[in-house]
Amino acid sequence: MFAALGDETRLQIVARLCAEGPLSITRLSEGAGVTRQAITKHLNALSAAGLAKNVKSGREQIWELETRRLEMARRCLDRISDQWDVAIDRLKAMVED
Amino acid sequence: MTATTVTDRIEKTVIVKAPRSRVWQAISDAKQFGQWFKVQLDGEFKAGTTINGTITYPGYEGLKLEIVVERIEPERFFSYRWHPGDPKADYSAEPMTLVEFTLEDAGAHTRLTIVESGFDRIPLARRAEAFRMNEGGWTEQVEHIQRYVAKS
Repeated sequence: MFAALGDETRLQIVARLCAEGPLSITRLSEGAGVTRQAITKHLNALSAAGLAKNVKSGREQIWELETRRLEMARRCLDRISDQWDVAIDRLKAMVED
Repeated sequence: MTATTVTDRIEKTVIVKAPRSRVWQAISDAKQFGQWFKVQLDGEFKAGTTINGTITYPGYEGLKLEIVVERIEPERFFSYRWHPGDPKADYSAEPMTLVEFTLEDAGAHTRLTIVESGFDRIPLARRAEAFRMNEGGWTEQVEHIQRYVAKS
């Protein structure tokens, strides 16, 4: 999942969907500096990773973030971070007088 | 993919009120490491070796852990790879994260920096599932997302 975010264009897409809400491919292509085809490809990659979804197909596709998935990913990292904090406390208790 | 995103690493820096040699022992001696990390390891830390461990942490007792030791520079640096996250899940087929301990003098005490990195290569969709029991109350998380994509 994080690998799907490891690309600048994709991060930009995620940032825009985050800030502006659901957007069409046309809108996402504006000012992105890449082609519509490239945006579509990135959206499909984000979709495959469960990070974005196509909410309205047809003539003009509208995409939005699958926020629950991102939230959980973030939470995972927080949990691992917390586990380190607790382990570090035990290390300190062991070596400090 | 050369840039490191905020989702790729966890970094902790703490001052430990003990001399560097003491902190080094606690980290580089597999038995002492096991005491504070709550894992029983079946060997010594030696560069290039793989050690198997059994978690002793309450609630996770008996679960298996694999550590591949990378680099040891006495009293200064120690690194290994392992599978992060919930030890209940089977990660054996997935890439490992890298854990690095760096020790520096801070007066009579020790500045310890722990970095765990490589999360971007882990298919977190699977890990997210392992943590599903904690979903709930995520309504304000959009801010989190904005913050971390903005920093990337």
